[in-house]
Amino acid sequence: MKGLSVSKAVTALMLAGLVLLPLYSSLSGNIFILTLFTRIVILALAAASLNLIMGFGGMMSFGHAAYLGIGGYAVGMLAQEGVGSGFVQFPVALAASAIYALVIGALSLRTRGVYFIMITLAFAQMAYYVASGLARYGGDDGLTVYKRSDFSGLINLSNRTQFYYLCLACLFGVIFLIWRIVNSRFGLVVQGLRSNEQRMQAIGFPAKRYQLVCFVISGTMCGLAGALLANNTDFVSPAVMYWTRSGDLMVMVILGGMGTLFGPVMGAVVYLLLEEFLSQITEYWALIMGPLLLLIVLFGRGGIMGLLGRIGRG
Amino acid sequence: MLLVVEQFLNGLQFGLLLFLLAAGLTLVFGIMDLVNLAHGSLYMMGAYFAATFAAWTGSFLLGALLALGATLVLGIVLEMSALRHLYGRDHLDHVLATFGLILFFNEAVRLIWGPAGLALPLPAWLTVPVPILPGIHYPAYRLAIIIVALLVALLLYLGVMRTRIGMLIRAGASNREMIGALGINIKLLYTLVFGLGAALAGLAGLMQAPILTVQIGMGENILILAFVIIVIGGIGSIRGAFLAAIFVGMIDTLGRAFLPNLLRQVLSGAAASTAAPALSSMLIYLLMAIVLVVRPEGLFPANRR
Repeated sequence: MKGLSVSKAVTALMLAGLVLLPLYSSLSGNIFILTLFTRIVILALAAASLNLIMGFGGMMSFGHAAYLGIGGYAVGMLAQEGVGSGFVQFPVALAASAIYALVIGALSLRTRGVYFIMITLAFAQMAYYVASGLARYGGDDGLTVYKRSDFSGLINLSNRTQFYYLCLACLFGVIFLIWRIVNSRFGLVVQGLRSNEQRMQAIGFPAKRYQLVCFVISGTMCGLAGALLANNTDFVSPAVMYWTRSGDLMVMVILGGMGTLFGPVMGAVVYLLLEEFLSQITEYWALIMGPLLLLIVLFGRGGIMGLLGRIGRG
Repeated sequence: MLLVVEQFLNGLQFGLLLFLLAAGLTLVFGIMDLVNLAHGSLYMMGAYFAATFAAWTGSFLLGALLALGATLVLGIVLEMSALRHLYGRDHLDHVLATFGLILFFNEAVRLIWGPAGLALPLPAWLTVPVPILPGIHYPAYRLAIIIVALLVALLLYLGVMRTRIGMLIRAGASNREMIGALGINIKLLYTLVFGLGAALAGLAGLMQAPILTVQIGMGENILILAFVIIVIGGIGSIRGAFLAAIFVGMIDTLGRAFLPNLLRQVLSGAAASTAAPALSSMLIYLLMAIVLVVRPEGLFPANRR
């Protein structure tokens, strides 16, 4: 029980920090930290959505960045065509991500294991090339979003603090949703499929259908992160879909602790802060980050959440 | 006619190059059960080594030979220092650890060689066009790639199917505990196989280097093509990798060459020129999707039970 309390205490501390961050930012006048953490919160949302299929569902998607791009392009393309309302942009972003997830999931779920990793990777790369070929929407150079999504006075996305809290609310909402899903009958079936697909099928669950629904939910959530990300950077380009971005998301999930509710958030915070910190020390930060990842894989079982659990148990 | 023959040969050449890369990937996966994303980095290192050694020695061939040796050694060092500890672990661990290695290699290359790309100039005797059919000439260097890659494929086939080491490799792939119990040094065998895969990737990289520029990240896009090939061909199957690689090389090259014109006949000019680049880069992924729907285990799965 003590183990639980240590990881819970650290999680609570982190969440409190996230909620109070704008206060610190305005008191210290440090605007940069708010911008940095807006990005962290959005990517934490993406990582949490990946964790739903990876940690709870056992589906190792290596193409999750595709949804960041699809959500982002939905916002960017609509804005370019003169549709500035967030009430249109966000639903379209979610729907587009859901449709893409449905098609890709239906194909990819025909396979498992390494094949699944490679196929999701290849399809995301396909999305990357398609976006690069969109000459009307900037092609390789990407698309500038000149005006952020307009929620007709309800919330102003150009206000840094309001936008940060919107992202944070989305993150908490998604995590709440994941918590509900994981503890529902549906979630238990999906987790059962992760442990033993054959047995679940033998007792009468249509495995693929459950997994596909879970895959689509996860993709839709990540599409939300994509729509937010495009608003955050005022820009969307094929690069957000590049496969190293999918790798980053995977690393965040593993680093924080796969299959835990708040692990991916922790992972995103630590990974992105580490990246920021290392890139300030040296231009060649990846030279340290790369081997560090290797060491985390070799020695860090269960990620940060697992580590906190072990500290708690002593 | 000329264009068709030329593009056909380009497709064959690209496919064979992809095969060299995919063969190493599928060998390492089939035998050690290791997913190695850093395989593309070895391809990149092969190209950088070749460019450097060729500049030092002043000879393309000598540089290529030295680069081949260097990638072999690099592969062996990599296996013994890092990847060895990943055997028997979860595939996800492999993906993450080798993802870390990619970051490392890209950054190390940037530190050593700088962010700008290198060029690997060809010797004069490889730049002349060679007549292959009456009235049709083809660049000697591309022809050389086709011949070398075919030779390597043949050697690989003979090596794996006809020699004692090849027998041990196949035995190790089907039951690693048993072959270990029979007194074979399985660790050494694994190191050798990994070194071989690295050398194949290096060979592909150094042969591609004079055609494209040698640059950071060059191995990543082609690695994904190698994945597609493995998925289409069936994981662990060298024969499948060979056929799928030729297939993918052809479709990709011919699609890029002829699809725009084909589309222009169906669609209006503007629509065709927007759709063509996207569609031709999607072609092989569509192919992969079709293969998955029809045969999820790939066209030529290695171990049929």
